[in-house]
Amino acid sequence: MKVIVPVKRVPDTAGDKPIDPNDRTVDRDSVESVLCPVNEFSIEEGVRLKEKHGAEVTVLLVGPDSAQPIVRKALSYGLDAAVQVSDEGIAGSDALGTARVIAKALESMEWDLVVFGNQSADARTCLVPAAVAELLGVPSLTFARYLEVDGDKAIAHREHEEGWDVVEAPLPAVVSVVEAINDPRYPSFKGIMAAKSKPLTVKSLADIGVDPASVGAGGAAATMYAFEPRPPKAAGTVVEDDGSGAAAEQLADWMTEKKFV
Amino acid sequence: MGEMLVLIDHNDGAPRKISLQLLTAARQIAAETGDTIAAVWVGEGADDAAATLGEHGAELIYTWDSDEAFAYVTVPQVEALQAAIEESDADTLLFGSTNHTKDVAARLGIRVDGGVITDVTGLAVEDGRLVCTKEVFGGDTITTSKVADGKMQIIGIASNAFPVESVGGDEADIEELDVELSEAAQVAKVVSVEKQVASDRPDIGEAAVVVAGGRGLGNEEGFRLMEQLADVLGAGVGASRAATDAGWYPHRYQIGQTGRTIAPTLYIGSGISGAIQHRAGMQTSQTIIAVNKDAEAPIFQIADFGIVGDLYTVVPKLIEELEDRKG
Ligand SMILES: Cc1cc2nc3c(=O)[nH]c(=O)nc-3n(C[C@H](O)[C@H](O)[C@H](O)COP(=O)(O)OP(=O)(O)OC[C@H]3O[C@@H](n4cnc5c(N)ncnc54)[C@H](O)[C@@H]3O)c2cc1C
Ligand SMILES: Nc1ncnc2c1ncn2[C@@H]1O[C@H](COP(=O)(O)O)[C@@H](O)[C@H]1O
Repeated sequence: MKVIVPVKRVPDTAGDKPIDPNDRTVDRDSVESVLCPVNEFSIEEGVRLKEKHGAEVTVLLVGPDSAQPIVRKALSYGLDAAVQVSDEGIAGSDALGTARVIAKALESMEWDLVVFGNQSADARTCLVPAAVAELLGVPSLTFARYLEVDGDKAIAHREHEEGWDVVEAPLPAVVSVVEAINDPRYPSFKGIMAAKSKPLTVKSLADIGVDPASVGAGGAAATMYAFEPRPPKAAGTVVEDDGSGAAAEQLADWMTEKKFV
Repeated sequence: MGEMLVLIDHNDGAPRKISLQLLTAARQIAAETGDTIAAVWVGEGADDAAATLGEHGAELIYTWDSDEAFAYVTVPQVEALQAAIEESDADTLLFGSTNHTKDVAARLGIRVDGGVITDVTGLAVEDGRLVCTKEVFGGDTITTSKVADGKMQIIGIASNAFPVESVGGDEADIEELDVELSEAAQVAKVVSVEKQVASDRPDIGEAAVVVAGGRGLGNEEGFRLMEQLADVLGAGVGASRAATDAGWYPHRYQIGQTGRTIAPTLYIGSGISGAIQHRAGMQTSQTIIAVNKDAEAPIFQIADFGIVGDLYTVVPKLIEELEDRKG
């Protein structure tokens, strides 16, 4: 079985996130970048498919050359190979544009299953996995809190507000996973060392047959054109409880005054 | 002037609260564009909902009532929407930005070559096109976006961004859609539906009040206390990642960067430090109350009312006080 795990480079949540006023994307060169934390779960699922089914697992990242350390990081968890699509034409893509690049890259590779994170920690659109499935004409089992491959079909528990649906689809298929699916392991020292020499193929848009006009800022169907920091919040009231719970009475008064009761 | 579509998400035959909020957003747009508002109802129950949807501004309901609608994953809903788009000639579709509906929007966006914007909190109309504001980076930054001219606007509205407002409209008319499912729509099957919700507590995504608990609860039992507080306020119960990781509360109630984003009118966090990843899921709540024994906890930086104290002393007392006031 061949599995692809698409991963994203995202700005570290804990740092500042300046937006580049020129192309209105996150100015990735001036922030600390990390492997999207949600992808730690999709990578772990890939590792489990290796262990259980002997799957061959390839990382796929769409992003500039400077994102290469993130590709190596993903490999260090024990995955087999990597493909990176890097091209200036990609900058400024919206979620559907990114999906177009990923789908084309997947068309140039061999696979039975694609394991996405349910969302990316920065854009958080959740759009990419289903859009890729649509472009490829394959089923999508998204928001999986449980995943199993049984012969030529995938079975997933698809999380929703009230619980989950048990869903299944024949391979080839696209899945996306939520955090609850597993407890990711850390890369081993051996994994980190081995990642340095794992095969990494870098492709351009032309290599995978993407028309540059259909992606990037120019091809984006949805464009962000203004941004501003959220206005700071006025300081609130903080009271110290004396150990008797008396502060709760003050809070209850305040809540009554604000008509929450 | 034409029709705009609003996808109605429903549960047990009733529109979800977010669906009625969508109609408020739609009316705001329609007031500028002169469009009429047509709801799209996939599955059974459109007849019973016609009065409610009409009362909130829908003039028409396109419906497709078939067992097939939810027998397969995502795609049948996409094809019902395509049929509605064809019938109405609409170039705008509003949907509630919930996870499963985002899948529908993504696939639809590809099929009709439209533009999708999710989690929108504010709308304006300029030259007949929508200008959407949304919060990114966990509410730190507010951005404005538009769909390119000539492309269908597929706009996901964030929960609680618009109020539910009755405008006393007449019962909506109903028009049946003719949907012939493609083969592709019948590939991913729904084998069974596991509902885990035993109470009538609202979901945290739509609740007006959310009570959240964290590691400071110390154990799973602590969530019974959170539930008691929630029930006094008619609230939903959420949790920090530390609490869901510990297995004290189900993952689907996790609030934060890698969990759910909520924007209730009131959030009450107990035993939660307010790490940036948690704040990313709740800091746009209108009012924030925090109970934490550590005066330095970052949650106090964004709290409108904070109590420095032991939650096991403060919360039971708060429940008592609130019950007294309710009489
Ligand atoms: C990539 C990534 C993604 C993440 N995503 C999320 C996410 O989606 N959601 C999320 O919540 N977190 C997320 N986190 C984790 C986040 O960084 C914090 O670790 C987590 O939010 C801490 O949860 P907590 O506040 O319950 O626990 P702690 O930070 O341990 O805080 C517990 C608090 O309880 C207080 N306390 C203890 N006992 C009492 C008592 N008796 N009475 C009152 N107060 C008491 C303590 O003073 C302390 O402030 C993520 C982290 C990473 C790295
Ligand atoms: N640039 C990218 N390269 C590879 N995978 C991506 C990229 N952007 C998003 N993804 C994948 O799509 C998932 C959902 O992201 P999003 O739709 O942005 O919320 C992520 O968890 C990744 O698995």
